[in-house]
Amino acid sequence: MKKTKYLLPVAAAGVLALTLSACSGNSGGGSASTASNDCSAYDTYGKHDGKTVSVYSTIVDVEATNLEESWAQFEKCTGITVKYEGSKEFETQIGVRAQSGTAPDVAIFPQPGLLATQARAGYLKPAPKTVSDLVDKNWSPDWKKYGTVDGKFYAAPMLANVKGYVWYSPKTFKDKGWQVPKTWDEMMDLTKKIAADKTMKPWCAGFESGEATGWPGTDWIEDVVLRAEGPEVYDKWITHQIPFNDPKIVNSFNKVGDILLNPDYVNGGFGDPRSILSTAFAQAGQPVLDGQCAMHHQASFQAANWPAGTNVAEDGDVWAFMTPPVDESKGTAITGGGESVGAYKDTPEVQAYLAFMASADFANNRVKLGGAISANKGLDPNNAQSALDKQSIKLLQDPKTVFRFDGSDLMPSAVGSNSFWKGIVAWINGSSAQQVTDSIESSWPKS
Amino acid sequence: MDFIGGKLLQVVIAIAIFAAVIGIIMLVVDRAPKSVKDRVTVAGFLAPAAILMLVGLVYPAVRTSMLAFTDASGQGNGFDNFVWMFTQPEALATLRNTVIWTVLVPLLSTSFGLAYAVFIDKARGERVLKSLVFMPMAISFVGAGIIWKLVYDYRGPGIEQTGVINFIRAALGMDPKQFLLDAPENTLFLIIVMVWIQTGFAMVILSAAIKGVPVELIEAARLDGANAWQQFRNVTVPGIRGALVVVLTTITIATLKVFDIVRTMTAGNYDTSVVANEMYTQAFRAGEPGRGAALALILFLMVLPIVVYNARVLRKQREIH
Repeated sequence: MKKTKYLLPVAAAGVLALTLSACSGNSGGGSASTASNDCSAYDTYGKHDGKTVSVYSTIVDVEATNLEESWAQFEKCTGITVKYEGSKEFETQIGVRAQSGTAPDVAIFPQPGLLATQARAGYLKPAPKTVSDLVDKNWSPDWKKYGTVDGKFYAAPMLANVKGYVWYSPKTFKDKGWQVPKTWDEMMDLTKKIAADKTMKPWCAGFESGEATGWPGTDWIEDVVLRAEGPEVYDKWITHQIPFNDPKIVNSFNKVGDILLNPDYVNGGFGDPRSILSTAFAQAGQPVLDGQCAMHHQASFQAANWPAGTNVAEDGDVWAFMTPPVDESKGTAITGGGESVGAYKDTPEVQAYLAFMASADFANNRVKLGGAISANKGLDPNNAQSALDKQSIKLLQDPKTVFRFDGSDLMPSAVGSNSFWKGIVAWINGSSAQQVTDSIESSWPKS
Repeated sequence: MDFIGGKLLQVVIAIAIFAAVIGIIMLVVDRAPKSVKDRVTVAGFLAPAAILMLVGLVYPAVRTSMLAFTDASGQGNGFDNFVWMFTQPEALATLRNTVIWTVLVPLLSTSFGLAYAVFIDKARGERVLKSLVFMPMAISFVGAGIIWKLVYDYRGPGIEQTGVINFIRAALGMDPKQFLLDAPENTLFLIIVMVWIQTGFAMVILSAAIKGVPVELIEAARLDGANAWQQFRNVTVPGIRGALVVVLTTITIATLKVFDIVRTMTAGNYDTSVVANEMYTQAFRAGEPGRGAALALILFLMVLPIVVYNARVLRKQREIH
């Protein structure tokens, strides 16, 4: 027993050291590897030596590194240290932190609905005029609307993503003689053909995402509501001018169900349709590369979910077509998402940071690093690092495109980040579309 | 490095302030006039704890109770949240599951723990056998949830299985099963995880209690011709009654509050939600703090009788000794 006498202090010291090193992790701000000494572009933000701005968002891993990289020069020139923290639990934790008085200085909201909840609760500070002016200059009024709550402007848009891409292997399509479909009906015909071919399942899907399980399914529904029923119905649906269990919405569920609930059509490489629920969304596309399924519906950010070394190109390993319109004559309609940068404090350094994040400089810096796009009009499409990003930026900047923000992100959080997700899960697990939409409708907040 | 330095400095300052406050209290108490000294001493040393109790326990409890009668925008809405809780199928399933959890987990963990403790008592290699069962106790609930999620993992028939149980099923020629998706048995599969963790706890406490049963009693029973079962029923169990109550109530309280296992394994989907999980989801994800507070209140009311019972049994025991 003598041993324990000195073991205890050693162990205690070890634990202490571990705790301290854990605390110190990732506190140094972005790396300054690309920072140059030319600060002329950053004069407008002023000097704030020794000041820090804490930023909290959902963005983690490589994307977080790129994000920090894109404001490294801003940090260097203004003297502001940006303390960045990303968490996959952001949607829940931001509420916890705001309520407990430990809110970050700045939060990057992936959902306008969540932003509105925080603004209405009185936690957020309205955006300063400089930011508001920048947004007027750089974005369409639609985009400004997503950061506006009850007529007051709170948050500038940051990056964007285009949803509704259908990923496929160009090589497989070529070998089999399959054509990229131009309408929804053509896509269903192709699905039938692939199923009859029996070498692979036409589709693979995965909705597992921890406590947010189900969200990829909401993207499917939104795409179909917008394409089959048109933007007017879509707008009425997300603002609750028509009930969630309107026959038009139930029809859209069933249209998606024709694919997702059919055991002959899903779920390549994973099992029956219900395996969609236990398959992580980031891994769900993998069987497209392995030749176990032909198509996978996921937003532009799926490009980052492919294994390292996958060639994403029109003649590469994988490429994507936009979910086709139901009626081709009505033109292209796309759904998409994006983040908004809102602030819990209005100190000068926070305002400088907000102004930078709303500028074209930030958009160009970030897009140059790859894997991201923005609807910022000051963004040069040639800065995009991949053909897909270029295509997405062009789609976003094309005035003929009907663009609608991800519907579940605009709905109140009781629906958009709770009952809609749960409804998708129940629906894939066997409940009928009518049951599910009735239940979501009953959860819509009354006030 | 300067960051670590900053943190260390904060810690040092905090400790210094704490020591100073205690020092001042002691000084004041010591200087008090003799006539009221006892009362000042008691007040001086109880006050800090009492204030912390008020700030950290009583105030939040009162505020939560008030919050339970408001809607999402903070307006009073009477008993609407409780009506919701006892009428919405989703909320009712949550209450039902919590009851299933609190009945099964304490019973199963305590029985398994007791049986194991009796069987390995004075066996060879008892310490090794004990640590084997106690080990899951060292794993966090989240860690255990992730481990078991992998154990239950599913792939369709004909595809190589990644989950242990489905791998065995496939080897035996059975179809794979979606363990976490099939209600209502999926709640049982989650309960197994909690039992797996808590059995070790029950075993350790009960094993210690069994060793405390006087040898004379057992010998007397044996001389009277009692068989092993009779010895266990009539001598061992009454001898460890106090420990059994502590184990049962402790596990019951832990089970009522179960959150991490459900959240990591199913996030409350597929009809597996429990009160603690739903409370968190409603308050922080759905933006319905009133409903969350109402659930918290119900949870509190469920835990309260057990805590009271536990305290009474412990006090009675102290009176005997």
